[in-house]
Amino acid sequence: MDLLNAIIALSNFVLIPAVAYGSQLALGALGVTLIYGILRFSNFAHGDTMAFGTMVVIIFTWLFQSWGISLGPLPTALLAVPFGIAATAVLVLGTDRVVYRFYRKQKVKPVILVMVSLGVMFVYNGITRIILGPDDQRFADGERFLISARDFKAMTGLSEGLAIRTTQALTVVVAILVVALLFWFLNRTRTGKSMRAYSDNEDLALLSGINPEKVERVTWVIVAALVTIAGVLYGLDKSYKPFTYFQLLLPIFAAAIVGGLGNPLGAIAGGFVIAFSEVGITYAWKKVLNYALPDSLAPDGLVQLMSTDYKFAVSFVILVIVLLFKPTGLFKGKAV
Amino acid sequence: MRTFGLFALVAVLILGTGLLQSWNAALLILNMGLVSAVMALGVNLQWGIAGLFNVGVMGFVALGGLGVVLTSTAPVSEAWAAGGMRVIGALLLGAATVIGAVLVWTRIKNGLLTAAVLVVGFFVYRWLLDPGVEAIEAINPALQGNLGGLGLPVLLAWPIGGLLAAGAAWVIGKTALGLRSDYLAIATLGIAEIIIAVMKNEDWLARGVKNVIGLPRPVPYEVDLQNDPSFVERAAGFGLDPTTASTLTVKLGYSMLFAVVLIVLLVLAQLALNSPWGRMMRAIRDNETAARAMGKDVTFRHLQVFILGSAICGVAGAMMTTLDGQLTPSSYQPLRYTFLIWVMVIVGGSGNNLGAVLGGFLIWFLWVQVEPMGQALMGLVTSGMADGSALKAHLQDSAQHLRLLTMGLILLLVLRFSPRGLLPER
Repeated sequence: MDLLNAIIALSNFVLIPAVAYGSQLALGALGVTLIYGILRFSNFAHGDTMAFGTMVVIIFTWLFQSWGISLGPLPTALLAVPFGIAATAVLVLGTDRVVYRFYRKQKVKPVILVMVSLGVMFVYNGITRIILGPDDQRFADGERFLISARDFKAMTGLSEGLAIRTTQALTVVVAILVVALLFWFLNRTRTGKSMRAYSDNEDLALLSGINPEKVERVTWVIVAALVTIAGVLYGLDKSYKPFTYFQLLLPIFAAAIVGGLGNPLGAIAGGFVIAFSEVGITYAWKKVLNYALPDSLAPDGLVQLMSTDYKFAVSFVILVIVLLFKPTGLFKGKAV
Repeated sequence: MRTFGLFALVAVLILGTGLLQSWNAALLILNMGLVSAVMALGVNLQWGIAGLFNVGVMGFVALGGLGVVLTSTAPVSEAWAAGGMRVIGALLLGAATVIGAVLVWTRIKNGLLTAAVLVVGFFVYRWLLDPGVEAIEAINPALQGNLGGLGLPVLLAWPIGGLLAAGAAWVIGKTALGLRSDYLAIATLGIAEIIIAVMKNEDWLARGVKNVIGLPRPVPYEVDLQNDPSFVERAAGFGLDPTTASTLTVKLGYSMLFAVVLIVLLVLAQLALNSPWGRMMRAIRDNETAARAMGKDVTFRHLQVFILGSAICGVAGAMMTTLDGQLTPSSYQPLRYTFLIWVMVIVGGSGNNLGAVLGGFLIWFLWVQVEPMGQALMGLVTSGMADGSALKAHLQDSAQHLRLLTMGLILLLVLRFSPRGLLPER
C-alpha cells in the first residue's frame, strides 16, 4: 500500500490528461453553445471549422519556422494563432453572409439550418483536405516537458513519475485566460450584454434597438477565435488530422448538451464531465489500484472498464443519461 | 413529365459512361446507384415522410453488412466449442442486466438499486465474456478467429441484415426518439460511431479490422463462366472476348437482383405514401400537436417509421457488402455513408420516393465522375506550371478531395434555389 505513489500515478495518467482534454472540449463546446444560443441552430460544421483554423495556424507555423522565428520553450504555433483566428473569422463571416443569412431572413425551422450546416461541413472538409491533405500533421515544437517523469522521480524519490507536457500546461493556462476573457466580455461589455439579451429573448432585444446583424457578426468572430484556439491546443497536445477533428464533433456536442445548450457555464462543466468520464472509463486502473490497495487485494487483470476504442461510447452514454433524466442539461439550457 | 425526363437523363449519363469509358464502369455505377437509391428510400421514409432527422445511416448500413457475414459464412465449429456458448451467455446476461435495470428504475424508482444492478451486471458480464472471447480469437486467427455465420444462402442475408438494423433502430428509437430533432441527430450520429467501433474491435464477431473476405455470392464466378464452353461460344456470338463477357454477366446479374429489390421497395413505399398511413405520417410531420390532438400516437408512429427506414438502410448495406464480397469495417466513413445519402435525398426531393431514387442515381454518378473531372480540371489549372514543381504535384494530389467540395456545393445550391429538390413532393 502506497497512497502517495497511487496519487501520483492517478494524476499522471488520468487527472492531467483529462484536465487538458476537458479544457479543449470546453472551448469547442463554448462555440457550439454560442451558435446555438444566438444563431439558434446546431452547427454540424463545427469540427471542420476547427480543422480549418488549425490548418491555417499550421501553415503559418511552418512559415515562421522556415524564417527561424520561434518562441523558445513555447510552441511557435502560439505566434500563428492570431492569423488562424483572422482567417477563420473571414471564412465564417463569409459563409454567414453567403449561406446562412438567406435562411435567417426567411425564419426557417432550425432543422433546415442544420441541413445547411451539413453542406457547409462538406465544403470546409473539401477545402482543408485540398489545402493540407487528409494526413496527420505534427506541428508542436519548443520544450516538450514542463516536468519530465525522470526529473520528477529524481526530485521526489518516488517510484512513480509525474510528467507534465508543455502542451498540457499551456492548454489549461490558455483555456482559463480565454474563458475569463469571454465571460468578462459577455457580462461586462455593452456588446456582450446585447448578445445575452438577444439570446434570451430575440423580440425584446430587437425592440430595445439591438442590431441583430452586429450581434451575429460578433458571435461568429468569437466562435472563430474559440474553435481555432481549441483546435490548435488539441493539435499540439495530440496531433492534427481532419477526420479526427470531424469526429470531435460528438464529444463537443455531448459536452454542450450535457451542460445545457445555450449556457456557456454549462459548456465548460460539460467539457470536463465528458473528458473525465472518457479518460476514467478507458484507463487501465491496475497500476493505481496496485499502489492503493493492500497486496492481498491487488487486481490480476488490467481493470480497464472499456477499451480506448470505445471512448465515443462513453460520451454518448453520458449524453443519453443526462438527456433522459435532465433534458435541458445539468445547467439550465434553452430549448428552441 | 419532369420525372420521366430526369430519369431519362440518368439513363443517358450511365449509357454515356458505357459508350465513352467502358461498360464495366457503367455497370459499376449502375449497381452502386441501385444500392444508393435503396438507402435514399430508407432515409426519405424517415425524413421526407415522417420528419425524423437520422444521421446514423452509416451504422445501419454497416449492420446490414454484418448481417451478411453472420448469415452466409460457414460456422467455425472449433470456435463455437471453445467459447461460443460462453459469449452468447454473456451477451444474454448483458441484455438481461439492462432490462433489469430499466425495470428496477420504472417499477421501484430507486436510483441506487438501479446503479447497483448495472455495476454488478457489468462485472459479471465482463467476467463471463472475456475468457470466451479470448478462446475464440485464439482459434486460427490468420483466417478465422471468429464465430463464423450460419452458412445460409447469401440472399437470405439481405432480409436478415434489415432485421439487424431494425433491432438496433428499435433500441435507439426507444431511448432517443422522445428528444428534439437536433438531439436525435447527435444521438444517431453517436450510435453510428459506436456500431462501427464495435465492428472494428469485436474480433470474435466478424474479425474486426482483419476484415472478412471471400463472402459467398448469389451470382456465378467469372472464372467458372470463362471455363464454360457454351458461355464462351455465346460471348463470341456477341463479338466479346470471354473475360469481358464474364465480368459483364456477373455485374448484370447483380443489377437484376438489386433492381428487383429496389422496385419492390419502391412500390411498397409508394403504396404506403398514398395510403391512410402515409397521410397520417405526413400530418404528424407537418403538425405534431394537431396530430396528437386528433388522437394519433405520435411517439409510436415515429418509432415505427424509424425502424422501417433503418431496416431499408440495413437491406441496402447487406446488398452492398454482397456486391463487394467483403466486409471492411474501417471503410465505413460518415461522410460517405451518412451525409452523402442525405445529399441524395435532399437533391432528389424529400418526401417524394421517386425523387429519392433519382437523387440516389444522380449523386452517385456525380460522386464517381467528379474525381476524373477534378483530375482534368486540376490538369488544366496546373498546365501552365513547371513540371515537377511542388505546387503542381500537390494540386494534382488533392484533386480527389474536390468531390467533397462539389457535394457540399450541390447541397447548398439545391437548398438555396430549389429547397424542395429536383422532384418536389406532390
